[in-house]
Amino acid sequence: MSDKPTTGGPLQHAGAKHLVDPHTAGADDILTTRLDQLVNFFRRNGINWGRKNSIWPLPFATACCGIEFMATAASRYDLARFGAEVVRFSPRQSDLLVCAGRVAIKMMPVLQRIYQQISEPKWVISMGACASTGGVFDTYAVVQGIDQFLPVDVYVPGCPPRPETLIEGIMAIQRIIERDGIRRSAERGRGLGLVVEPTVQLGMDVGDRAAAAGSGS
Amino acid sequence: MTAALSAGINPAASVWQCIAERFPDLGLTPRPLLDRGAKFSAGAAAAVDQFFIAVPAGRLVEVMTFLRDDARCRFEQLCDVTCVDYLNFPDARDRYGVNYSLLSLTYGHRLWVKCYANDPKPAVPSVQPIWPGADWMEREVFDMFGVTFAGHPDLRRILTWDGFEAYPLRKDYPLRGRGEREDYEQITRESA
Repeated sequence: MSDKPTTGGPLQHAGAKHLVDPHTAGADDILTTRLDQLVNFFRRNGINWGRKNSIWPLPFATACCGIEFMATAASRYDLARFGAEVVRFSPRQSDLLVCAGRVAIKMMPVLQRIYQQISEPKWVISMGACASTGGVFDTYAVVQGIDQFLPVDVYVPGCPPRPETLIEGIMAIQRIIERDGIRRSAERGRGLGLVVEPTVQLGMDVGDRAAAAGSGS
Repeated sequence: MTAALSAGINPAASVWQCIAERFPDLGLTPRPLLDRGAKFSAGAAAAVDQFFIAVPAGRLVEVMTFLRDDARCRFEQLCDVTCVDYLNFPDARDRYGVNYSLLSLTYGHRLWVKCYANDPKPAVPSVQPIWPGADWMEREVFDMFGVTFAGHPDLRRILTWDGFEAYPLRKDYPLRGRGEREDYEQITRESA
């Protein structure tokens, strides 16, 4: 490590190590991190680097969007890649509220209580058409968008959103954390008006890719 | 005694004889199998084992107690309590019709009991003392239609939230409500 020119902190060192074949690694290839390197790293990247990569979501799943959230957290889409796999059902232990599904007026005080119980800093994703607008449930008992009663940071459209879209929403939360840091939500103002647009091509499945590759050759 | 019975529909079932003889004025009627546009007449297609009786509110407890306890009836189970709002319904004389679905676990026969109520204070007696399971079903009818059940031990709303004033399944209540869904406390970032 020491004889190679490096430009980054310990993270870049760690990334470089993975390029080394472990079977040929010598004794001097052992990764070490000195405390001053760690301090330099956080001085350069900020505490927000750690915070944005360890979001603990609380799924407030009332409908089919909750199933998509489970799919997102499961092995195929693997929310752990973004450090957000630690799903907690206690507001005391989480910092991202994912409201997935329709919310009835009778459920609204529960949702508000949960939001209030999350300690600062905290963020809110309104996942799906129902949570964002009421969706097809345009009736007397259903809240027509939780942002009428709660501050929402990111809206994830879809009915329900595909896991890629939800991942993009969580990455939007990461960008907010990177930008705003650990400022209290009161200092961030009401609503950031971010709407997620999927950045990946949808609909191409593993089987489709294999078929496309097979027909091409 | 109804025309359907004298026409010989399901004569083997003594329960219908029993009810018709005990309550000749309540009009034990088989449920017609025709659609609503066609007139029901004796001899036309009718259910052979699906009867209903219309009971005035003042006699409901008496009739229901008989139906549960009589040896030939034995309607031990109250399957459901529902309600119909007959507002703007053709030929309807009453505004609300509370329906009781009865089932005899001993004999396997069923009976539907109707009890009508009207504005401004629709009320029918509670059958909760007869079938304790009527408790929540009557609360639901009260919640959705505003029909009160006299004698119910705990007549509160069961599905809608505290402070809700309307009765949403009434036909004159708009689907989107009257602003109830917007009328709620806001939690802001400052107040949270």
